[in-house]
This record gives sequence, structure tokens and C-alpha cells, in this order.
Amino acid sequence: MSDLPAHKPRRWVIWLPLALFLGFIALVLIGLLRPADRNVASALVGKPMPAFDLPPALPGRPGLNSKVLTNGTPHLVNIFASWCVPCRVEAPQLAALAEAGVPIEGISVRDSTENLQAFLDENGDPYQRIGADDDGKVQLSLGSSGVPETYVIDGKGKIVYQHIGEIRPEHLGLLLDRLKEASR
Amino acid sequence: MTRSLLSLLLAIGLGTALPALAQEEQSTAPYAYRQLDNPAEEERAQALMESLRCLQCQGQSIADSDAPIAGSMRSLVRERIAAGEDPEAIRSWLIERYGDYVSYAPRITSLTWPLFAVPLVLVLLAFALLRRRFGAKQDGGADA
Repeated sequence: MSDLPAHKPRRWVIWLPLALFLGFIALVLIGLLRPADRNVASALVGKPMPAFDLPPALPGRPGLNSKVLTNGTPHLVNIFASWCVPCRVEAPQLAALAEAGVPIEGISVRDSTENLQAFLDENGDPYQRIGADDDGKVQLSLGSSGVPETYVIDGKGKIVYQHIGEIRPEHLGLLLDRLKEASR
Repeated sequence: MTRSLLSLLLAIGLGTALPALAQEEQSTAPYAYRQLDNPAEEERAQALMESLRCLQCQGQSIADSDAPIAGSMRSLVRERIAAGEDPEAIRSWLIERYGDYVSYAPRITSLTWPLFAVPLVLVLLAFALLRRRFGAKQDGGADA
């Protein structure tokens, strides 16, 4: 022990490792106790809607071409599926939006005609057009990571807002505000 | 007789209950569960798929995940590789849409550079400290 350096470290320095350790513990606790946001938001918000052309999901109804989103009026694009339970939850809210005159376009993901028809019979049909995205490619090209998701598109085809998860009654005001902003 | 009637009723009951439990349709994407015919292309696709995150079951890569959206992503990767696209271009295409989160391969950005810089700084610091301590001792040893 005698060959240790002669100069003594300053007194506060011996507390430094403990302080660092406690700081680390605090960080870990914050990370553990704060619920993490597991939603993966689309990085395309603020950017133009990618071009796509989906075939009709139902016979006798129009499919969805991204060109209709550039006709000057804001649209909602709702990504949904008959197998998705939260999509049933948001159906009344979509109906209310459609009643308020909002054009809603649907993208039905990995679905079948029969199931989709049964779903619409049961929950109502607020859609102007429904495109069938059977292989999920358009969903991927929009940066959507699940169903339901709802995009607000301004009249020029730019994505201005993405709503992840079902639209609950308390979200209606927010969506209408975004649509109003988009129409300016 | 009553027993067979009962089982018949049960069967009908089960049969009508099943559609209520409708499952997600299997993706119609052609290469969700099929490998590419060209082994070299499949190998490249596999390497990329192992480093892309499934957006639904977020701890898994799309190569490991059985979520339908992972199937769509696998097919997208394989079709683009077969069309001759560079794997890193496909990764960039996905990052453009989902952000860095979709990729397991870390990139150096304005946000992540300290992760790469701090270990280097610590190694240099350790080197400097050790040299000061043992360098001085060696000098002492030469004197003795």
C-alpha cells in the first residue's frame, strides 16, 4: 500500500461513483415506471400520400385510387378490416363523421369480400370508396403499422395527421379540427 | 337417441359460433411463406428480413414473426430483391415510412452518435489514466 500516489483525492470525489450509480438507478426506474408508447407512427405525416391504385373491395363499388385525394377537399383515409375488433368500436364515430359531410375512403387490409360485406352490414358503411389491400402493400407504403388507423389528407394529397387506433367519441373534435385546418 | 340428438345440437351450435371468431385472412402476398427460387437472392432477402422489426410483435424480426403484417413485409422484401433492388435501398424505403425503429441495424445520426462516441472516449480516458499510473511506476522501477 505504501507505493500508492502520495496525493489524496479530494473528499467529494469519493462520493462520485455512488452519485453516478444512484443516477443510473433513477434512470432505470423512470424507464420502468413510465409506460412506453408502443405505437409506431408513420414518418410520412407532412409528406405527400404515396400513389396507389387499389381494386374495389366489393363488387359494384369503386376501388380507391390515390388521385381522388387530390381533388381539392380534405379526406379521411381509414385503414380497417373486418377481423379487427377496435374497428367495430370506431364505426359509430366514422358514421358521425360521414354524416357531418366528411368524405371517408376505406382501405380494407387482408380481408375477404364475404367477411367485409358482413362487417359493413353489421356496423354500417361510411365509405365512399373501399380499396382492397389484400397483400398489405399499400398499408406498408403508407407507413401504417396496424388497424385501425385514420389519415387526414388535405385537398392536395398531403398527409397532415395520422390517428393510430380506434376513433373514440372524444377524438371527434380533434379530427374535425384537423380537417378544418387541412381545408384552409 | 337423445344423446345423438344432443351431440347434433352441440355440433350445430359450435358450427354457428365459429364465424363470430373470424380470424385475420392470410395475406395474399405471394412470398410471405414462400422462399425465392434463386438461393442467392433468398439469402440476401433472409439477411435483410432478420434485421427488420415486426411492427406488431415488436421484439421479433419479420423473419421470426408469424404476424400477418410481417408476412406482408417479407413478401415485399423478397419481391423487391427478386426485382434486383439493393437490400439497403429496401431498408431505407421502410425507414422513410416507419422511422429508424423498423430497422435493427443501428445508424449513426445526430441523435445516436454519442452511443458510438462515448465508449471510444472512455477507452481513451482509461488508457490515459492507466498510463499515468503505471507509466510513473515504471519510471520509478528504472531508477531503482
